[in-house]
Amino acid sequence: MSTTEKPKYYGKRHRLAKPELLAPAGNLEKLKFAIHYGADAVYIGGQKYGLRSNADNFSFEEMREGVEFANRYGAKVFVATNIYAHDEDIAGLEEYLCKLEEVGISAVIVADPAIIETALRCAPGLEVHLSTQQSTLNWQAVKFWKEEGLPRVVLGRETSFAEIAEIKKHVDVEIEAFIHGAMCSSFSGRCVLSNHFTDRDSNRGGCCQSCRWKYDLFEDARSEQEWVSEEDAADQQMLQSFSLGVNQKPLYEEQDSAFSMGSKDLCMLEHIPDLIEVGVDSFKIEGRMKSIHYVATVVNAYRQAIDSYMADPENYVLKPEWLEDINKAANRPLNTGFFYDTPDHEDHIYEAEEKAVPYDFAGLVLDYDEATGIATVQQRNHFKPGQEIEFFGPNQMFFKQTVGQLWDENGNELDAARHPLQKVKMKVDHPVRYFDMMRKNNTKQSKSAVKTAVTV
Amino acid sequence: MNTKPELLVTASSLEELYRLAEAGADAFLIGEERYGMRLSGEFKVEDIAQAVNYAHEHGKRIYVAVNNLMTNELLEDLPEYIKQLTTLQVDGIEFGDPAIVALAREHAPGIALHWNAEMTSTNAVTANYWGRKGATRAVLARELNMDEITGMIGKLEVEAQVQVHGMTNIYHSKRRLVGSYMQHQGRPVDGNDLGLQRGLFLIEAERRDETFPIYEDTNGTHIMSSEDVCILEDLHLLMEAGVQSFKIEGILKSITYNETAVRMFRQAIDQYAQDPEQYEFDESWMDEIRRIQDPERELSFGFFYKEQVF
Repeated sequence: MSTTEKPKYYGKRHRLAKPELLAPAGNLEKLKFAIHYGADAVYIGGQKYGLRSNADNFSFEEMREGVEFANRYGAKVFVATNIYAHDEDIAGLEEYLCKLEEVGISAVIVADPAIIETALRCAPGLEVHLSTQQSTLNWQAVKFWKEEGLPRVVLGRETSFAEIAEIKKHVDVEIEAFIHGAMCSSFSGRCVLSNHFTDRDSNRGGCCQSCRWKYDLFEDARSEQEWVSEEDAADQQMLQSFSLGVNQKPLYEEQDSAFSMGSKDLCMLEHIPDLIEVGVDSFKIEGRMKSIHYVATVVNAYRQAIDSYMADPENYVLKPEWLEDINKAANRPLNTGFFYDTPDHEDHIYEAEEKAVPYDFAGLVLDYDEATGIATVQQRNHFKPGQEIEFFGPNQMFFKQTVGQLWDENGNELDAARHPLQKVKMKVDHPVRYFDMMRKNNTKQSKSAVKTAVTV
Repeated sequence: MNTKPELLVTASSLEELYRLAEAGADAFLIGEERYGMRLSGEFKVEDIAQAVNYAHEHGKRIYVAVNNLMTNELLEDLPEYIKQLTTLQVDGIEFGDPAIVALAREHAPGIALHWNAEMTSTNAVTANYWGRKGATRAVLARELNMDEITGMIGKLEVEAQVQVHGMTNIYHSKRRLVGSYMQHQGRPVDGNDLGLQRGLFLIEAERRDETFPIYEDTNGTHIMSSEDVCILEDLHLLMEAGVQSFKIEGILKSITYNETAVRMFRQAIDQYAQDPEQYEFDESWMDEIRRIQDPERELSFGFFYKEQVF
């Protein structure tokens, strides 16, 4: 499905009243991509109070720039201030929230009532959205938060369609639901594995994903009657078998995979009609730590699905290529979370995880010369003549081609695009424009293709 | 702060409750799985009635755990349940879900509410927020350290409850993780056979000497700490700070074990109350606990003296 049609909008996009497509933006560049590829709103992290202490996170200046960029598209920027604060975190909170309001942030996503209360009091221009970290599952709690002054609640990921319908029936409030991406397998906020294993506070952004580690499952074979203390056992020869380790009965066999709490990733792309019909107001994509390629691809697919459904619900059909695109950026198997049923044995990952994403972000289109059909591409991963690549962009722009001759900026021919962020010129089969992306399949191609160090 | 702090303990049965009362507990946390989380045993309304009768006759208090993450379905039965608890004159209910605040306001005004959002009860501003919503007590997160706890007391407009002994929950999922794993291995098990009594535990690949109890119930899968917190040695710091309630978590422990823990903490609290100036920790109290401690579980200071990063 290649297209030569020129995108109709630039810097402006037809926006639908509802639902909102809400995308993660780990940094300013990702924000621009998420919005350009169709997000109605993005959520970001600031320097403080967010749950992704390892992400780039935005300075106020970057926020200001992000908001300006978003405004050009009629999009909004939210900031996650979703930690559970300790007393030491409270100082500076008011100032921080005021500053967010001042730089033009539309909403904060909050879990801790200390922050909710402060935001409502000090920064009335900010909407306060209840974070999924509160694990809100019932309408009475949703109503409580609405009455506190929150226009939106992000439900716990454990909420089913039937439960969402019930909540919508009882309370007139915006409901936001995660529809795509990685999931905590625990109730959000109700996990301190990281605290115990690594002294990192998960509810303040220190999560080290211990749920995805490998564990062995045992049964304690000691019965209560048999149990004696170590000290007593040491005194009696016949009881020595009760000392450490002897009575751990494994519940796994040699060939079994290890126990893990790791969940498959959520993907609701095939169920857009159900989400819209139940009345979810904001479709949230997870992944502030994910790459530009991932964010652009996922947003692009959902944008098309939502627009297509809204344009003509009766005749809506899921296009297989949307799902194919998602799979090009996905690095975990996908499922539908709790929307239809409680996840079971098919919804967890027990085998070693295949970290590699099937497609690499190879280049970003910076410019295109209509007269010569030559594009200027910023290298994001190694590519060279002869390789099969794909170009894609917003508004269903997509085509495949083979890499032909490559030149550097001065017109010198290149045998490969080897250098991160290097500007490379190449002939393209169809018109492209700034923000279009080039990706290559990394599974079929030569192993010698060295990945560059650029994090995308 | 000269009022004697309360010694609160969980109980798995009426029998345990009576024995722990004799051992010196002042208050008990009980309840049923449907409305409360991670209880060491099941107390239906009739059992709670008996517990309240006994407790009030003996000058003790009964708190009921209504601290589940509530679903729409549970909302249907909760008003009746809360009303029953009021009629029984329980001394308080523990809650985590804001739904309970709204329901209590409507159906059980006057009932004492103890805010317990588990690992997310981490600061004084939020505790006081719930105080203004009707809570009289905050159950502080077990992940707070000594400085944070003692520093918080002066700022609190509600009572503080701190866990001083026993295991803690470190992970709660709605998913059936053990059942799913066994099914994945092709050896499915009856879900009812994966509960507290089964004695299941996890060992992480690089931490072979730490065993983490894991069990399933109707609320999902629970993973517990590999260590038992015991702050008996430094209890005076918490008493000095004015913590109003000390909790011993008795889940997955024998009655005899919990009795010993209660007796030792009772002694410490009483001695301190007699004369804070002269109070001295007695190593033999710890020895008593060490003597009955499961050798596969370390007694530790939990997070009391840990610095966490993020």
